[in-house]
Amino acid sequence: MTEIKASMAGSVWKIVAQQGDSVAAGEDIAILESMKMEIPIPAEDGGTVKELKVAEGDFVNEGDVIAIIE
Amino acid sequence: MFSKILIANRGEIAARIIRTCQRFNIKTAAVFSEADQDAPYVQQADESYLIGKPRVNESYLNVEKIIKAAKESGAEAIHPGYGLLSENAAFAERVKQEGLTFIGPSAEVIAEMGDKIAARNVMKAAGVPVVPGTMEAVENVTEAKNIAEEIGYPVMVKAAAGGGGIGMQSVSSNEELAKAFESNQKRAKTFFGDGKMFIEKQIINPRHIEIQVLADHHGHALHLFERECSIQRRHQKVIEEAPSPFLSEETRKKMGDSALQAVQTLGYTNAGTIEFLVDENENFYFLEMNTRLQVEHPVTEEITGIDLVEQQLRVAAGEALSFSQNDLVINGHAIEARIYAEDSNTFYPSPGQLTKLSLPEDPGLRHELAVHSNSFVSPFYDPMIAKLIVHGESREAAVQKLTAALHQYEIEGIKSNITMLKRIVTNEHYLQGHTTTSFIQDYYLPAISKS
Repeated sequence: MTEIKASMAGSVWKIVAQQGDSVAAGEDIAILESMKMEIPIPAEDGGTVKELKVAEGDFVNEGDVIAIIE
Repeated sequence: MFSKILIANRGEIAARIIRTCQRFNIKTAAVFSEADQDAPYVQQADESYLIGKPRVNESYLNVEKIIKAAKESGAEAIHPGYGLLSENAAFAERVKQEGLTFIGPSAEVIAEMGDKIAARNVMKAAGVPVVPGTMEAVENVTEAKNIAEEIGYPVMVKAAAGGGGIGMQSVSSNEELAKAFESNQKRAKTFFGDGKMFIEKQIINPRHIEIQVLADHHGHALHLFERECSIQRRHQKVIEEAPSPFLSEETRKKMGDSALQAVQTLGYTNAGTIEFLVDENENFYFLEMNTRLQVEHPVTEEITGIDLVEQQLRVAAGEALSFSQNDLVINGHAIEARIYAEDSNTFYPSPGQLTKLSLPEDPGLRHELAVHSNSFVSPFYDPMIAKLIVHGESREAAVQKLTAALHQYEIEGIKSNITMLKRIVTNEHYLQGHTTTSFIQDYYLPAISKS
């Protein structure tokens, strides 16, 4: 089980993967938006999206968990 | 002169404009979004209007709400600042139609300079040197390849409507060009709603040097020398200075003359900036014209003693410029450091709650602030939260002052680029004036990865 964490503070612009989806390593889970910059948050390892911890529009701090991959 | 103006902007530039207005007893009306309720400029203005939710298209880019606030306030003119609606020709036209004065050039000139291909053609016709490349939009990859082979790699692929480095890429082969052309065209369509592309020869090791111009409605135009703005990350400026440590007196004069030629050809009025790329042999080429006040305008003010916002207001009110080119001299050296809420290594934004802001206070220091010591730095806007400007008798004296000031500058609660700025201004290449646009890539990033 791996936690996918936010690499910067900002709002969740788009959730790209849904709960139950299987994702490959490097595939985007969500896209954060902050200060006119969009940063994709990819899965580090492949697996199944067990849980999404955020919703579109949520504000996250750097290091907050975005999703759990199993 | 005006008795009241509305400022269609936010942050440090709104505060900057208010300061000049106060000196001349001009009342100010500010507009603010829900995210900026607590911003210093909202308090500093004589009156403030809440115009909507944090996102810019619901607030600072919402023309209807801004016009409504202007009408309600009784302002006679609108200052657009920089960014946001400042280079939006439709906005400038609308302001005029509403019987208000737009503090800037005409809508026609804004539109002309906003299209990079049109701007290149106008400049070329005016006798201003332009980078070799296409004079019309390139339709497809095949055509792009033919042109690139003709002018020789490396070339830059650029979106006609681009800005801030978006929709622009350097390529050095046919394969790279094919990829870059399509991906940047797609990005340009997404970001600017316009996928027109053009191709230019890439200037090797260029410097980004721009000329500040000022023109009134009575046929007088002058330039206020250059600003050297080469040090950039993500194609955005980080440190600017005036004068440039690189230009010879001869080139300085030639660039100033070229800029004035452009101003006269365009029939330009108010403050503007002509950006040039300058190669290692001091050949200069037109890059683009910014039809507004620039973020880095303070370094020009520091070396000339001219308040550019004051001049913008006077020109917009119909006054003639009260000084001429011969009255202007360069006094000493000025440097501006942009303080960004971002990681010094990755340049990723770092919005959040400020817990401390402690500023150095010495003669020759100037602060432009978007925040106070317990502001919440919102994720909705640009990461620039402040600017630190120094003035000294020489470049050496200015750099020393800046270095000392950066060591006293304290920001806590969020990450800032203070560490990055300190490293740049103490880098031997910076001290020697080796300020090319690849400075960060060539000297800064290798230095941090080593430590």
